Amino acid sequence: MSGPTNDISDDMRSQTLAAAVAAAARTRRYGSWYVAEHRFRVMRSYAQTVLFTAVGSPLVYLYAMGVGLASLVDNNLGDDAVTGVSYLAFLAPALLASSAIAVASEEFTYPIMLGFKWNPTFFGMNASSIQPGQIINGIIISVAVRMLVTCTIFYVFMLVFGAVPGRLGFVAVPVALVTGLAFGALVMAYTATLKDDTGQLAMVQRFVILPMTLFSGTFFPLDVLPPYLQWIGWISPLWHGTELSRVFAYGLSEPIWLSLVHVLYLAALLAIGWVWARRLATRRLNT
Amino acid sequence: MPAPVIATQNLVKSYPVKNSKDFVAVDGISFEVAPGESFGLLGPNGAGKSTTMRMIGAVSTRTSGDLDVLGLDPNRYGPEIRSQLGVVPQENNLDLELKVRENLLVYGRYFGLPRARVARRADELLEFAQLADKAGAKVDDLSGGMKRRLTIARALINDPRILLLDEPTTGLDPQARHILWDRLFRLKEQGTTLLLTTHYMDEAEQLCDRLVVVDKGRIMAEGSPADLIRRYSSREVLEVRFGSTQNAEVADRIQSFGGSGFGERVDVLPDRILVYSESGENELERMTAAGLHPITSLVRRSSLEDVFLRLTGRNLIE
Repeated sequence: MSGPTNDISDDMRSQTLAAAVAAAARTRRYGSWYVAEHRFRVMRSYAQTVLFTAVGSPLVYLYAMGVGLASLVDNNLGDDAVTGVSYLAFLAPALLASSAIAVASEEFTYPIMLGFKWNPTFFGMNASSIQPGQIINGIIISVAVRMLVTCTIFYVFMLVFGAVPGRLGFVAVPVALVTGLAFGALVMAYTATLKDDTGQLAMVQRFVILPMTLFSGTFFPLDVLPPYLQWIGWISPLWHGTELSRVFAYGLSEPIWLSLVHVLYLAALLAIGWVWARRLATRRLNT
Repeated sequence: MPAPVIATQNLVKSYPVKNSKDFVAVDGISFEVAPGESFGLLGPNGAGKSTTMRMIGAVSTRTSGDLDVLGLDPNRYGPEIRSQLGVVPQENNLDLELKVRENLLVYGRYFGLPRARVARRADELLEFAQLADKAGAKVDDLSGGMKRRLTIARALINDPRILLLDEPTTGLDPQARHILWDRLFRLKEQGTTLLLTTHYMDEAEQLCDRLVVVDKGRIMAEGSPADLIRRYSSREVLEVRFGSTQNAEVADRIQSFGGSGFGERVDVLPDRILVYSESGENELERMTAAGLHPITSLVRRSSLEDVFLRLTGRNLIE
């Protein structure tokens, strides 16, 4: 080939490159938000369910446990029998954190299986300028928003029930959010490893989420458990989140280092789950 | 010739297999596609066509060799290359939780396009895909052909320079295929570069300016459909059937007739015998004159199927 031809071709190439770089620049920057936008649209198709559970579950739990069970506990043990406050005040922050876990266990399991396998929309996204890591980011962003709405509604009901004695009680909402995401990111990563669902996700529900809720100081303080069961609380993000929420909701007294451990533990789980999920998505979508 | 929009050189993709040799899906493929050209990869299932498409689509990292899409290396410029492509995958991955038009709206955003522009383009494309009256329908309520057309509409939302189609009409009924071919033909006329895989020879003949025949990860031949037929087959083919019990016995006589057998070449299949020739009618007359009376006979134009059979000794669809 002669020189000038090469020049023309090089020129065309640099033009193409410039056009392609410009076309992909926005997606490189905002791709995660585009994925979140997509997820919001999908959530809109089940918005009624989202709102119904967000309003219904605090009502059910606060009445059943916070009012019903609480009257039994308070009548027998006194108004300040559980860590120095009423049973309702003790229980409410834990229920709030559990509601975040409930959203996580919904949004980070079957929808992930759906996107990779049953209705492989993630492969569709990946064929556009979107990158696998952005798909994971976008899902986390969208679930975080749903979780925030759910937890805020829950918190409003806590106020209505008079379950928040502390002035910094509202901090329990972001704490619940981080708790739900820390647990959820790990669940998402696990789900991303599944080639098929042969009951694993139901097992997670039954043998991880349910025991975690029961043994994380939700309904009774961890230290009333025999020592050989207390480790469940220590590894459970729900326990760390619940205890931290109690510090803000009613001033649960615990050493400052312990509060710090709660924060660091939750942050570490979130980071590990997030990075792991991004890696798995990359491996699975870019084969 | 203008600079190719796709250039592969010794492209290889292999996957590690536990306790065994690597599985080589694509084994040293080289070809170039010119701008505006309609280029096909023809081969049976498992030939490595889809893997090749995924590498070109910048969603699969090559094991070795060179790959250049629009002058860019997919390893480095994945999102940039994908911003210029439209991809119609073999497996539909439309979002079934969204309505028809919504699928286009969310997809357009993935290319960073403004909402108003995506909305306008979505309506144009629904028109193009003959789905305008289905805009608010659930994706699951669409027929197979409509889903495919919606996938093509989605792939065009970013005005791609190259459209990648992986088995675009597999599983569709003949009428749906013809509607789809018509739409693809229009794109071709508008100057969109098409790269498609297929295991249907009629599809390749209809749509491809040029194609490569792929088998077991390697290119067996390259050329235009007419060119390949000329090179590897005869003008016509005579197909004769003698019934399953007599087929083998008669085959020997046909192959050895007059020393070199009938026609230019004879292929014996389990259920029928193919005689390649300039004129099928002449061969049939000679055969009848020789006392061979097939139960059924058919003279047809030679097709890519025959090219594939010649090159690999196997049928395309098995």
